[in-house]
Amino acid sequence: MQTKDPIVLVEHVNKSFGTNHVLRDFSMAVETGENLVILGKSGSGKSVLIKCIIKLIAADSGKITVLGQDIDALDEDQLNTWRADIGFLFQSNALYDSMTIRENLLFPLRRHWTKEKREKMADQAILEALEDVGLAHTLHMMPAELSGGMRKRVALARALILRPKVILYDEPTTGLDPITGREISQLMIDVQKKYNATSIVISHDLNCINMIANRIIMLIDGKNYASGTFQELEAATDPKIKAFFE
Amino acid sequence: MRNPLILQSAFLQEVGELSRFTARFFRELVKPKQEWEEFINQCFWVGYKTLTLVGITAFIMGLVLTIQSRPTLVEFGAEAMLPAMVAVSLVREIAPVITALICAGKIGSGMGAELGSMRVTEQIDAMEVSGTNPFKYLIVTRVLATTIMVPLLSSVANAISLYGGYLGTNLRGDVSWSLYWFQVFNSLSFGDVVPSLIKTIFFGFAIGIVGCYKGYYSQKGTEGVGRSATTAVIVASLLVFIIDLLVVQITDLLDLT
Repeated sequence: MQTKDPIVLVEHVNKSFGTNHVLRDFSMAVETGENLVILGKSGSGKSVLIKCIIKLIAADSGKITVLGQDIDALDEDQLNTWRADIGFLFQSNALYDSMTIRENLLFPLRRHWTKEKREKMADQAILEALEDVGLAHTLHMMPAELSGGMRKRVALARALILRPKVILYDEPTTGLDPITGREISQLMIDVQKKYNATSIVISHDLNCINMIANRIIMLIDGKNYASGTFQELEAATDPKIKAFFE
Repeated sequence: MRNPLILQSAFLQEVGELSRFTARFFRELVKPKQEWEEFINQCFWVGYKTLTLVGITAFIMGLVLTIQSRPTLVEFGAEAMLPAMVAVSLVREIAPVITALICAGKIGSGMGAELGSMRVTEQIDAMEVSGTNPFKYLIVTRVLATTIMVPLLSSVANAISLYGGYLGTNLRGDVSWSLYWFQVFNSLSFGDVVPSLIKTIFFGFAIGIVGCYKGYYSQKGTEGVGRSATTAVIVASLLVFIIDLLVVQITDLLDLT
């Protein structure tokens, strides 16, 4: 698979959990600045795939290259440094319950910024990230005090605080009402424009996908089954693809 | 009813996993860059937040033991031995074990539930993604905190229970403050205090490592969180008794008694 400028390259990846083969010889390439959506049924391995990309889960075989780096070649220290360039928005938001919003956003800076830099610039960076998602007033609140949509925005602010080059979104609009879902989708587009980041989005929310996707990959039976724009896939005659758009 | 062979295999697998977890704790412990701020925070939670419970229990234990021992000693005309008997019983066995059991219940379950909840809500994954080693940040700090704070809590429990013993002695008798403490310290030897202190270090380590292990590998959503907390208490309490048994045997073999 050859593309112009792949920032994320997944080659022949396999992943099984016991006898359950989740990813089967899966390959894809993502270009810089692209908003790629991976679409598939629940349990089809979409979340496993992006967790393999950030190496939260190790693939059984195959090769994953992100930002020109073979992730299997990184030791623990290199991996942690490399992760500064990757943002990850979890499906469950994964905000730290016992910390305030400010502490949640400060947490990624602990590892990647020096103490002096944190003392000088952290407060400004946190405020700016929260302003980007329209929640500057929540600085000293606890995650439990926020609504579902607000928590999603804060989680996005945390994913953005290090200005990542690649942002991975795991079902960003799941569990939100349609209006909030659209707001989050618009926020993702705004963020992509502002930071010029590459996005890989796991979703089965067609409204969200239609708004944000430059390209869609269909993950069916653990494989890269089809790829194209929303309109191309919507017009497809293959019953497996049509099923998603009906 | 489940096949005994399957149960045995599951038990051995659990022991193996716990051993691997413990080995990883020591590997991470010696790596540079410790999370001191979180360690201090955990010491506060483990130590200060458990102090009241341990103190009240220790006081009642000392008082009750003294009151209940008195009639038997009076029967044998050995009432004067009451402070010495209470001191040896409390310092060697009762205070450390009760403190450890309270900690297993409060801290072990707390850690199991907290880490389990963090696991199922992907907070541990979020730490990893942000470049922080979650094992070092969450596990090493907590296990170190329990290993250090349980012996300190046990020492405080010793002192408070002995004070309870003083009050218990004087409910029906008349022993002066200085005479009581003279008899207490006179009855205690190196072999009473040091092995007791050493075993509380192992108690603290076992409580921390089991609580963290159960929480860190919690599965199956919220049901798993509850199960992690419960099994953390059960396994840690059982380990406290096993360690106690081993330390008594070793102390006996070394003739420290």
